[in-house]
Amino acid sequence: MPSQQPNAPAGGRMQALGAWIDARFPLSELWKEHMSEYYAPKNFNFWYYFGSIALVVLAMQIVTGIFLTMSYKPSDTEAFGSVEYIMRDVDWGWLIRYLHSTGASAFFIVVYLHMFRALLYGSHRKPRELLWIFGMLIYLALMAEAFMGYLLPWGNMSYWGAQVIVSLFGSFPWIGNALVEWIRGDYFISDITLNRFFALHVVALPLVLIFLVVAHILALHEVGSNNPDGIEIKKTKGPDGRPLDGIAMHPYYTVKDIYGLAVFFLLFAAVVFFAPEMGGLFLEAANFEPANPLLTPEHIAPVWYFTPYYAMLRAVPAFAGTQIWGVLVMFSAILLLFFVPWLDRAPVKSIRYRGPIYKVALMLFAASFIVLGFCGMKPPEQPFKAISVIGTIYYFLFFLLMPWYSRIDSHKPEPSRVTS
Amino acid sequence: MRLARIQVVLVALCWPFAAFAAGHGYPLQDAGTDVSNLPSLQRGARNFVNYCLGCHSARYMRYSQLAQDLALTDDELQENLMFTGTRIYDAMVSSMPAEHARIWFGNAPPDLSLIARSRGVDYVYTYLKSFYDDPSRPTGANNAVLPQTAMPDVLAVLQGRQKPRFESKPDEDGNVVQHLVGMEPVSPGEMTAAEFEGFVRDTVTFLEYVSEPAKSQRRSLGVWVILYLLMFTAFTYFLKKEYWKDVKG
Repeated sequence: MPSQQPNAPAGGRMQALGAWIDARFPLSELWKEHMSEYYAPKNFNFWYYFGSIALVVLAMQIVTGIFLTMSYKPSDTEAFGSVEYIMRDVDWGWLIRYLHSTGASAFFIVVYLHMFRALLYGSHRKPRELLWIFGMLIYLALMAEAFMGYLLPWGNMSYWGAQVIVSLFGSFPWIGNALVEWIRGDYFISDITLNRFFALHVVALPLVLIFLVVAHILALHEVGSNNPDGIEIKKTKGPDGRPLDGIAMHPYYTVKDIYGLAVFFLLFAAVVFFAPEMGGLFLEAANFEPANPLLTPEHIAPVWYFTPYYAMLRAVPAFAGTQIWGVLVMFSAILLLFFVPWLDRAPVKSIRYRGPIYKVALMLFAASFIVLGFCGMKPPEQPFKAISVIGTIYYFLFFLLMPWYSRIDSHKPEPSRVTS
Repeated sequence: MRLARIQVVLVALCWPFAAFAAGHGYPLQDAGTDVSNLPSLQRGARNFVNYCLGCHSARYMRYSQLAQDLALTDDELQENLMFTGTRIYDAMVSSMPAEHARIWFGNAPPDLSLIARSRGVDYVYTYLKSFYDDPSRPTGANNAVLPQTAMPDVLAVLQGRQKPRFESKPDEDGNVVQHLVGMEPVSPGEMTAAEFEGFVRDTVTFLEYVSEPAKSQRRSLGVWVILYLLMFTAFTYFLKKEYWKDVKG
């Protein structure tokens, strides 16, 4: 028998284990710094749930992805069949696959809401510029991750979607064709392309994503969270050195975020169990046919989360003998987002104290993004082409004119303490 | 069906974004399938092995899975549904060689494992009902949903033969174009119109099941998951409220 003390205080052994670890690894220190003594503003609202939800969705994608990898075969002759094998013969395979496919769309919904929150409350403004840039890099990595993952089921839409998007790189002058061959590793989308997209999707990009998410959270905890009032809670500290309007991340925001996650999973489960195809939005009908290089689907469109940019691509006509202009517009639409912290010149951060110009401009921006996304799914016909042109122009004006209209807008005075 | 209603609401929410496959302008009819209807599924399986499997495979579907999901014993399965000399863990593969089929029909008959998902149940339902006499085709039949189809009208013996009804309408440029607007019976088949509709509905129900064998399980499990999450959400709500008394107070 080990020498167990019969009346040892509860947790005595756990405390001893904790001390043993702390002497060798800063466990308590990390816990305090990031959880129990990380002070977040107490006035977070609905818009502040999406960061923690995004983190959990990332974890879910990694876990379900690992299980999918156990049965998936990255080969042009076996990939499509192996996905059906997962859907039929692997125990709970259908559930794991739907969690992963619905999770991809959910990730983008959550990330778009998270980004919109930053535009609402000025979360990208000084001193959080780098935090925003890490976030934008996450968004870029996520788009690459989703694009490569979409090829893996090797359905006909996978094939032709990849074909269309990869061939965009061919519009670059001089290096275009060589670049496209380098990406595909072949003269067309083939087994070789599928294998390298698989490697990037399951190893390289997840590593990049995890690294960036850690950097994003470290940057957040260095500068502290913004809040719906857009003021710095660190400016008013109590005698103990804690911000008066701050509350400990744990337990207050951990319990609150668990509640947010529960509501998220309710909606998520409703889709997974009752509408996993989401009417063709999350899983496209044409992708239930195997990849066929000889048969183009009736209408090729990327998955919904890319369609705003796809609409921009198609809104720009080819001229001077090249289609590069649409590609440049599409890439610069994403690139522009990196500069928002410096484009916004308003003296206040939060929309609560900003003037009518920004309020209207931001709402129109959100509307234009959704309308562009809608047009991107439609065949390139009128009136969608004309609407895409207007939407694209508005998207760029929103950012490019921001230095001007954000300064001349009227502003209300910010409070010195957060409002409830 | 409450489940069906939830699904309708979810689909309706994203309806404006949904792109529905159009069947060359011929209006698709509502298939009215229900994969939880076991007798319909069993009849559909019988129809499938008797009328489809001769040419079409469902190569992602195993007989054993079928027996389990359709509540059939191994003996019932082997006596009623397995005619291709296969064993119970085999997939439902047609014994028609694909190279021969290509020579006979000009096209290998497509695998039907996922046809109900890639084309939709309404498409398959309307397709099977919309063959009509067309002497210009090598098979003597054409189809309103998939014009110039390579498939012969194998169900004519049940449905009877049909002839098309055309209407002449001017198009945008003022040219008169023939539009196929419906079908008229030419000769009766073994079934009445209502019986044939039921036959096709059962067959399409089976194809819907084959396209996603877990569908019924997915929906029935989903109800429990949602109920659990409702309870969990309520629990986390009160937990949050309890902790936040310190902050609000």
